[in-house]
Amino acid sequence: MSHATTSKATAAAAGPQPEVDRRPLARQRRNRALLQLACILITLFMALPIYLIALAAMSSRQSLQKFPLSFIPDNFSTETMQTFLQSTGILGGLINSVQVGLFTLVLSLIIGLPAGYAVARFAFRGREPYQLFLLFTRALPIVVLSVPLAQLFLQTGLYDSVLAVVLLHSALALPTTILITASVFLGVPRDVEEAARIFGCSPLQAFLKVVLPMAIPGIAAASIFTFVMSWNEVLGASILTLNQRTLPAQVLSSLAESPLAYRFAGGFLLVVPALIFIFFMRRYLTNMWGSTIR
Amino acid sequence: MTLLFGWPMVSGILQAFGGPEGLTTANFTRMTQDPYFWSSVGNTLLLIVVMIPIQFVLALAMALLIRAKPRGASAYFYIWAIPLAVSDLAAGLVWLTVFTDRGYLNSLLASLGIDPVSWLAYDNYASMFGAVLIAEVWRATSLVFVIVVAGLQSIPKDYEEAAGVFGANSWNRLWHVTLPLLRPSLQTALILRTILAFQTFAVALALTGQNFPLVVGETYRWYTGLQDPNVASALALVVMAVSMVTAVGYLKLLRDQSEAPR
Repeated sequence: MSHATTSKATAAAAGPQPEVDRRPLARQRRNRALLQLACILITLFMALPIYLIALAAMSSRQSLQKFPLSFIPDNFSTETMQTFLQSTGILGGLINSVQVGLFTLVLSLIIGLPAGYAVARFAFRGREPYQLFLLFTRALPIVVLSVPLAQLFLQTGLYDSVLAVVLLHSALALPTTILITASVFLGVPRDVEEAARIFGCSPLQAFLKVVLPMAIPGIAAASIFTFVMSWNEVLGASILTLNQRTLPAQVLSSLAESPLAYRFAGGFLLVVPALIFIFFMRRYLTNMWGSTIR
Repeated sequence: MTLLFGWPMVSGILQAFGGPEGLTTANFTRMTQDPYFWSSVGNTLLLIVVMIPIQFVLALAMALLIRAKPRGASAYFYIWAIPLAVSDLAAGLVWLTVFTDRGYLNSLLASLGIDPVSWLAYDNYASMFGAVLIAEVWRATSLVFVIVVAGLQSIPKDYEEAAGVFGANSWNRLWHVTLPLLRPSLQTALILRTILAFQTFAVALALTGQNFPLVVGETYRWYTGLQDPNVASALALVVMAVSMVTAVGYLKLLRDQSEAPR
């Protein structure tokens, strides 16, 4: 209101003046609104399913029987979750999953860290084909490996053990671990390492005391990634095990005969680590996937 | 590494051709004669052909939206990246809550006064395909999105501004400046996504059970359900061959283009 009167007043004071063209401003405002709208729509598409499965997993059995289902959490209950956790194989599967994830993480770091360092510092000849090879193994279908591996493990007695799944997952995670750690080590300037050498460190000391601490955040990123990959992998785990199933494998194998509530609870439990993972990793995500490009 | 990659591959190939009396192709015959085989191949291909373009357009749009820096961009980024860490089994289960007969979609329809539809029934192929497609798009677009965002970050804004100065409208700027510069990222994402798409199976298994077979799901069924590792190996070999051909094909295409004079 006051805006209009002042502009009228100034227009009157200065005599005849060209109209101010407000169209670009309006267009910009409209574009911002459209932008926000598009963002909200996509967010709904991405977040709504997660809200719904959380809702389903947190509802009591009776309220899941009702139709139509309520979209608002009206009767919160841990009953569905509890029944799920108490059904056969779930707790064991959960423990196995965590074990497999942690062992995979340790194993792939033990092998992947030196390899990544080597790629970053020394192996410049044939590096590009090597990285392509890594990308290729990343894309190698899990199913191609797991079926023959199952036979091998059956013969050696490794079949149906946590170790079997750990070996498979490490093989799958290693290429990515190497790529990520290599890009992390590339980010640590060579000079720092050389300075440490001048001040009397051995190469190993220079690595342990100077390079490694600087690389820790990136390595943490790689480890969480490895863990989540192992947590999510289902086909290999279900082919390589029978009684020592990981959680996803357990859910998959009992999918056909389980009630809906069981599946919802299982699905929710499988999604939770993803939420945490992305929350901690969101700053590294673009670096991580950006590094596989170059 | 060699033990874990090389040996299984060789023995997998042997197993695929192996039989009670020496080498045979009987496993492949059994595989192709299985009523589920051709439909699983068809479903897998159809899924890839329809899904990949949708994913790329959506991911590109999302990346450009993020780059326009709307209010709350970092929150949007977080939410849009969540499915990146969700496995395909979990994604299938998540969307099962929506599409199942007494699920949330039908609840919504019922409250609007529309008759519920049995989305995942085996005689309703289109809606079954749609459900699997939506779940896969939901889960896997994030990967493309993150790669494209990373690619966009490496492009200086100057190029676009220069194009703007010379009078290019936003569509032209996108088509003639941003997209060509983004090509390496898009190509990597394309290779990765296509090959990973061949391995999709748990989404469909969680959503529709056996009604919408996919090739890798068939391998799982032959191995665990029918207890026939030989046929499972044969199927795995098909998956591997197709992935390899795709990867090599894309890489060839990539090389030729990047070596061609600009």
